[in-house]
Amino acid sequence: MAIELPDNVVVTKLDELASWCRKNSLWPMPFATACCGIELMATGASRHDLARFGAEVFRFSPRQCDLMIVAGRVVMKMLPVLQRIWQQMHEPKWCISMGACASTGGVFDTYCVVQGIDRFIPVDMYVPGCPPRPEQLIQAIIDLQDKIQREGTISGAEFETAQRQMTKRALQELPMYGRA
Amino acid sequence: MPAKPETIAALQAKFAGFSVSEFRGDTRFAVPKDSLLTVMQHLKSDGKFDLLVDVTCVDYLNYRDARDRFGLVYLLANTITNERLTVRCFLNEPDLTVPSMVPLWGGSNWLEREVYDMFGIIFDGHPDLRRILMPDEFAAFPLRKDYPLQGRGERHNFPVLKRNQA
Repeated sequence: MAIELPDNVVVTKLDELASWCRKNSLWPMPFATACCGIELMATGASRHDLARFGAEVFRFSPRQCDLMIVAGRVVMKMLPVLQRIWQQMHEPKWCISMGACASTGGVFDTYCVVQGIDRFIPVDMYVPGCPPRPEQLIQAIIDLQDKIQREGTISGAEFETAQRQMTKRALQELPMYGRA
Repeated sequence: MPAKPETIAALQAKFAGFSVSEFRGDTRFAVPKDSLLTVMQHLKSDGKFDLLVDVTCVDYLNYRDARDRFGLVYLLANTITNERLTVRCFLNEPDLTVPSMVPLWGGSNWLEREVYDMFGIIFDGHPDLRRILMPDEFAAFPLRKDYPLQGRGERHNFPVLKRNQA
């Protein structure tokens, strides 16, 4: 008497296995530009240890990482560099936007600060705070691990879905204050 | 420390007609643009002001009672006698060219580049006058009063990368 299994149970089990492997060995690429970088270093240090979640090494080479943590404000001069680093990372890759400045521009609504990197880079997780406490960043990594486990496929097909391909927010400009 | 009375007297004797004033412990000396280089050379050689602390600029566009648009500020210091002096030079459009102080004080290289980048003042004789803070292809001078704080859209003028784009 054979057990009736659905057709694609092998594939889903493979997907789960691959997602489990990927989520538990997320190697961060620290893109620390400003004050949030200090909190990022603190999260990797011994008191709040990021390595217990699999982020064992902060490789500074994008070729060896799969998670880019953008910590700090990104100015318009730095944005092409950010995009180049993002393009150099191998698939599958994820991005965490740490802090208010990386998520929305923070307090710096000026002519040179990009108002949120998700206008130009696909972002998976946002961490609010100025700067966020290390525990908040760890919670973001845990939530990202849950997201990877929930949606991950072995072939990276989850990045092809239409919902993932959408530009993250409407690229509408907010009104200018003061004289134009 | 403000400039000593002997220094001020010597300055007034040499360059009669340029105003020297003091405000809350700071001595300032307003110089017209044509004699700026002579005054600075004299200040460096005879007045012994050997340190140029900073070069900056003020835009008086919407300031009431303003006569000129830009006011250049040179902060000088004498490291032997601890005197400080502020030299002001007022400029108006369209003639925003000033002789460069790089032959006198080497530190003015990047300071003048910053004033050029932010205000658009051209420094005549500067060895390498290009933008220092903004990207080279930036088309405006951000710290002028007629430039809006949020910019004119340059900060978001970049290609958008989506998922799975190499």
